[in-house]
Amino acid sequence: MSPRQEQTVVIRVEGLVNRFGTQTVHEDLALSVRRGEILGIVGGSGSGKSVLLRTIVGLRRPNAGRVSMLGIDSLDAADEQAVALRRRIGVMFQDGALFSSLTVLENVIFALKEHFPLSEEAAVALAQVKVVMAGLPLAAAHKYPSELSGGMRKRAGLARALALDPELLFLDEPTAGLDPITAAGFDELLVTLRDAMGLTVFLVTHDLDTLYRTCDRVAVLAERRVLTIGPLDEIARFPHPWIQDYFNGPRGRAAGLSSDHSDSTQQGS
Amino acid sequence: MATPDTQTASDHARIQTRVGQASVYRVCGDLNLSNLAAIEQLHGLAQGQFEQLDLAELRGIDTAGAIALLSLLKPAAREHLDAALLGLDQQRQAFFQAVAKAMAEPCPESQWLAHWRVLFERLGRWTVTAAQQGLLLLSFVGQVVSTLLRLLWRPSRMRWTSWFHHMEATGLDAVPIVGLLTFLVGAVVAFLGATILQGFGAQIFTVELVSFSFLREFGVLLTAILLAGRSGSAFTAQIGAMKGNEEIDALKTMGVDPVEILVLPRLLALMVMLPVLTFLAMMLGIIGGAVAASLTMDISSSAYLVRLYERTPINYFWVGMVKAPVFAFIISVVGCLEGFKVSGSAESVGRHTTSSVVQSIFLVIFFDALFAIFFMELGI
Repeated sequence: MSPRQEQTVVIRVEGLVNRFGTQTVHEDLALSVRRGEILGIVGGSGSGKSVLLRTIVGLRRPNAGRVSMLGIDSLDAADEQAVALRRRIGVMFQDGALFSSLTVLENVIFALKEHFPLSEEAAVALAQVKVVMAGLPLAAAHKYPSELSGGMRKRAGLARALALDPELLFLDEPTAGLDPITAAGFDELLVTLRDAMGLTVFLVTHDLDTLYRTCDRVAVLAERRVLTIGPLDEIARFPHPWIQDYFNGPRGRAAGLSSDHSDSTQQGS
Repeated sequence: MATPDTQTASDHARIQTRVGQASVYRVCGDLNLSNLAAIEQLHGLAQGQFEQLDLAELRGIDTAGAIALLSLLKPAAREHLDAALLGLDQQRQAFFQAVAKAMAEPCPESQWLAHWRVLFERLGRWTVTAAQQGLLLLSFVGQVVSTLLRLLWRPSRMRWTSWFHHMEATGLDAVPIVGLLTFLVGAVVAFLGATILQGFGAQIFTVELVSFSFLREFGVLLTAILLAGRSGSAFTAQIGAMKGNEEIDALKTMGVDPVEILVLPRLLALMVMLPVLTFLAMMLGIIGGAVAASLTMDISSSAYLVRLYERTPINYFWVGMVKAPVFAFIISVVGCLEGFKVSGSAESVGRHTTSSVVQSIFLVIFFDALFAIFFMELGI
């Protein structure tokens, strides 16, 4: 990839309002994501992390506000433009959301063949590489999602999200429910893929280890808006009770001590 | 820089060989899925023949392009990408490393069989599965019966609420559809009979045609088939959804027998309600016949009733009625067992629901045929 253009904003959210009935989840929320960074989104349960992700990728229409991705206003985009935009993003859902009637390989091939006139042979070769890059053994490629463990399903979901070599990758709790070793492997994979493919990653997570190992910046969602955003060590010093509990609570300290900070502070090279 | 001796151009990508160093290739421009022609061009070159690729002027690249490029390299060169790929920055080098590593993953032995062997393999698999399913059904029947007997011993364990709930859902709620359907079929049978029997001047036998068929066969068979589609499938879907959500396992860990709490209320509800609905079906079928007879022929309702009373033995009613609990047992046991067989996905629920309806309708008709032979031998 060309040298990372750090200051280019690839996702811009402005004045976002999301309401469910009388309950307001987001009020005048603003957020921007820069090209090539891994942005972690944290927040308590019910703070609207997943709703934010769903709004940005266009699965939910917000009550008010603007969302633009890669310079295109995704809420007002014409159909063709919206499809073209979707081709440039990859989404990995919490439990993979794999098509249960297709094997892992077919899941990956599906999006490829839907958008590009690839030959069967080329599509299989490409999908196999994606499956392996996502950290799955090839033997798993011909299995159905119901035959996979939770960790493998997540990797299969990642493989499918990467199918079209997206510029933007959205991950919803990628390491939730994984054992620490598998989760650490996933973190490493994420950083490698980001560096190799020049991805911009929007990462919703609860996992402090993942935050420390992978994220360039972290945004904290609380009180219906982005409370603060910045590199992790700055965030951890932010004087807000929830943030202090989150990063300096019993589980926060353990993760901070055991991790290597050099990764988390790299901001372009 | 030497002048290229060959040059192939597409919209964005150019591939050229440097003079004097035939094994060094130079690739310029975009090489990604949006530029599929360039990738296909690479696939057309001799694969695995090159020692070095000059990628200094490569612009866009994605995994598909990287695969195409790496396939050109000799296997030995793929091991040392630093030396084989020239002019790449660190990030791209890392990307190619990652793709090369993924490509090196050994492909597991695929089990390709000849077509005729696949056919036999599937046939064998199907046979074994069918036998296993049969055994499973028998063992489940045994389990249900033994649980039922245990329940009779200690009736206090009966789940009354659940029982009545299912009686409402499978019985009361099915009254309109069963009633309407059998009324219409009764009318159709009468009309059909009238058309044929008219030729013999024996229109009055329409009464026997309707009453015999509805009392002996149609009443119970139509009801059973309707309930297999309506309630048997519901049983499978309900239990299957619980199975998928690990609720069945939760029950087991609490020391609660899932058969007792889930199967018996459904079974008993259906065994009570199917005979009731069968009675309804018989009556409405006969009424439908009477209506059709009075509308299309000169058989008044009173003449119809008198004829019915004089010519139809009460035994026929019991012949139909006695089959109802048996069919109820089949439908609920098959429906519940298919529910327990659900594994994992929602797709599995759908598959087993289909299988439940098909199996119970098949078994109902099969047992109906057995009953017919049995009653024929008895001379009833």
